[in-house]
Amino acid sequence: MGGKASHLPKESLSEYQELTFLTKQEINEAHKKFCQLQTRENGPMERVSMQIIMTLPELKSNPFRERICHVFSTSDRKDGSLSFEDFLDLLSAFSDSATLEIKSHYAFRIFDFDDDGTLDGEDLRKLVNCLTGETDDARLTSEEMRQLIGNILEESDIDKDGTVNLSEFQHVISRSPDFVSSFKIVL
Amino acid sequence: MDPTDAVFSTDHRVPSSHLLLDQLPSYQSLLYRRKSSGSARRRGSGRVRQPSVISGKWLEQKTVHSGEELRPVRELPKSMEDKRQEKEQRLQQGGAPIGWGLWRLNVHRSLKRLKEDGMDLLSSLQLWRADVHLIEGMFGTGILSYFSFLRFLVLLNFIMFLLMFVFVMLPVIITSHTSLNITYSSTDVRDCSVYPSSSRQGLVVFHQHITDLLSGTGFLEQTYLFYGYYRLEFIHSAFSYNLPLAYLLTTVSYLLLSLVWIVKRSASGFKRKLIQDEDRFQSFCNKIFAGWDFCITDENAARLKRSSLLYELKMDLEEERIKQKMANRTRCERFRIYMLRAAVNLFVVAVLISCFFCIYVATVFSQQKQDEEQSNFLLELMVEYLPSIVITLANFITPLIFNLIISFEDYSPAFEIRFTLMRCVFMRLASIGVLLFSLWSQITCGSSHCSCGYNHHRYPCWETHVGQEMYKLVIFDFLIIAAVTIFIEFPRKIIVNHCDCALAKWWGQQEFAIPQNVLEIVYGQTICWIGTFYCPLLPAINTVKYFLVFYLKKVSLMTNCRPATRPFRASSSHFFFLVVLLIGLALASVPVTVSIAEIPPSRACGPFVNYTSSWMVVPRVITQLPHSLSSVLMALASEACAVSLFVITCLGMFYVIALAGAHKRVIEQLRDQLAMEGRDKRFLIQKLCQAQQGVFARSPDRGCHGNRQDAGLYFVRETKA
Repeated sequence: MGGKASHLPKESLSEYQELTFLTKQEINEAHKKFCQLQTRENGPMERVSMQIIMTLPELKSNPFRERICHVFSTSDRKDGSLSFEDFLDLLSAFSDSATLEIKSHYAFRIFDFDDDGTLDGEDLRKLVNCLTGETDDARLTSEEMRQLIGNILEESDIDKDGTVNLSEFQHVISRSPDFVSSFKIVL
Repeated sequence: MDPTDAVFSTDHRVPSSHLLLDQLPSYQSLLYRRKSSGSARRRGSGRVRQPSVISGKWLEQKTVHSGEELRPVRELPKSMEDKRQEKEQRLQQGGAPIGWGLWRLNVHRSLKRLKEDGMDLLSSLQLWRADVHLIEGMFGTGILSYFSFLRFLVLLNFIMFLLMFVFVMLPVIITSHTSLNITYSSTDVRDCSVYPSSSRQGLVVFHQHITDLLSGTGFLEQTYLFYGYYRLEFIHSAFSYNLPLAYLLTTVSYLLLSLVWIVKRSASGFKRKLIQDEDRFQSFCNKIFAGWDFCITDENAARLKRSSLLYELKMDLEEERIKQKMANRTRCERFRIYMLRAAVNLFVVAVLISCFFCIYVATVFSQQKQDEEQSNFLLELMVEYLPSIVITLANFITPLIFNLIISFEDYSPAFEIRFTLMRCVFMRLASIGVLLFSLWSQITCGSSHCSCGYNHHRYPCWETHVGQEMYKLVIFDFLIIAAVTIFIEFPRKIIVNHCDCALAKWWGQQEFAIPQNVLEIVYGQTICWIGTFYCPLLPAINTVKYFLVFYLKKVSLMTNCRPATRPFRASSSHFFFLVVLLIGLALASVPVTVSIAEIPPSRACGPFVNYTSSWMVVPRVITQLPHSLSSVLMALASEACAVSLFVITCLGMFYVIALAGAHKRVIEQLRDQLAMEGRDKRFLIQKLCQAQQGVFARSPDRGCHGNRQDAGLYFVRETKA
């Protein structure tokens, strides 16, 4: 899985092709990118830390970059660092050919800021703030925020327990026309 | 589905909780469902490996379930390591395939890879891939959809050109270079067949070449560019090629091809639109959960996206408040607003009529003046281009007026935009209609002195003339687009950037307004559809035009413009573009159909000299066919066939309507089920609370709260599975 080798061995390439939605070209591209990131880390580490991953131009301006790293990281230390395979998983979920189910699943986990399995009012508030920007003048007023969260819950919270769970989220997303086209990252 | 399945299977394996689960509110509906699909599920739960922890069971249930559906491993939301394990497990479970099975698996796999590689290659051949990617990264999906629409039109025009080239132009080109037997269209010698040459005699001044090039007259008139040049009737070689028939059928087929292609492209958008309309209360969820374009790579674009999202959210919340206010209007206020709206609409109609009248007058004037020899070169060009200039002016001024007056009408903000847009669409497309109408009124000269069925005196070859008008419109449209970019947007950018005065700041940078830009290219496309019959090379010109427009717009977007403050959503825009295009197509096919079926073709030029109308080619060919075939074709065209087809279509439509109703009910039921499961969950949690309160009666701090968290964890496991 990398090191300094500039080329992936053929069998792992075909395995990755089978396990992800990426094409051969994209996997090679991803490998090249990842090797570049690795060289910026001190020494050939298997994992690349979150800070360095986030310097990627594709993630640099994304307000959810930290969440994305955390969700796709398989690190035991929960530091958001990514191995090459995690990186491929990330790209696979964000690729054009990934299914709606995969995309909505990961979107749910990205939006679930406190990792408790449901989107509650606090998660939604953080989500809206991420979207509109953190500065004070960019924020919605608390009254507007209350109204907005109320609206969102009214639209999506089918069982009326005050939170949005995964199946409700997927239900909503499946009817959201923009989701598939917007939830993608191409290297 | 999954939660119920899990609950359901726990029901079987853990008998202690049986009583509790029997009390579930959704138990009855589950029982019902078990009857239909129970057997398959039981087989699934038989394969469970190690049911140790509850969450383990969850995971198990999910994997087994997905194994049943034989979902590819890559569609599981798991990390790579887990996916690899899963794959190996599946291989073991299925037993390692040997011999034939292995071979088949390998072949299947390599075929799939071959297909993927092929798709890769195809997508890398796609036009402007890198440009589109760049635009996407800098401006998001809304503006991207404009450019992919443009790309689609380039392709469509190119295909139309190929059609025309292969079936109409190529035979003529071949015959002009080889010695094939040719039958020229000729008619009984009468005044009508006189076609005076329009190419200039004697010494030609250079600027006249420019005039000819821009207006399609002079040396351009007798070329492959226009209808009049195609005078062949039959080309005899091994078989006889019927050029008039080919010409007609190609025209019909390019219109049909465009229709089918657009409908096919818009089908997905239409479906989404239907879904959206069905419950329109999902707009907030769509904005929040799908609001961010993850493909944005540019810091500046990200900032823009944030501000536009904020703006949009604020507007929507505002709109909701306005709607509430509207609902609370008194009767008197309502009456006042309706009166106001009626007055404004009257005003709009007046503006439209005056615009149309101007176009009509300009066209008639230009047609009459064209006969007279002009002394001044610029004046001549002005006269030639008068209709185009008036149309462009009208289309420039009216949107401004519409934008101004819409604020008096007191609609909700979203509706305001849509309504203005609809008015602009109407204006754009109707102006072409008016132009064609005024041309038609000149060509068919009412009642007097029309011995040939059309005004032969002024238009010896009226199709070529219409072709020239369309050619001029296309060229002028392109010139305007280029000129606006170079002479207005670019200086404006410079002024705004380098001048600190208040006026420049107020003016600001040009906005890249998607609807107006789309209208512009749809207008061009409509002209192309109308003109292709009269000017067979028009699709080629249009292809080149859109090709250049792409780069012009890209440069203008990158350097001169900022995206509009009110963003245009990719989903709604995609559908909107195609709907406007469809309206354009419908509008274009009307004049083409009328001129094919009704107006007598010119006696002096073109392939249809011998026919009373262009369409007559088809009946004549059919009568020449063998008797059995022609009677079949006649039967197909008869009323009986039409009526039965109509009835069958109606039946099909009723079936689809019934199906849609059924689907709607299924959706409602599924919603109910989801709600029911929510109630189940709360019920279970309550029960757990009670049970734990019983156990931990002495430590009140670990009560219901802890359980809630447990339940939460439970769901986390499920999501991570």
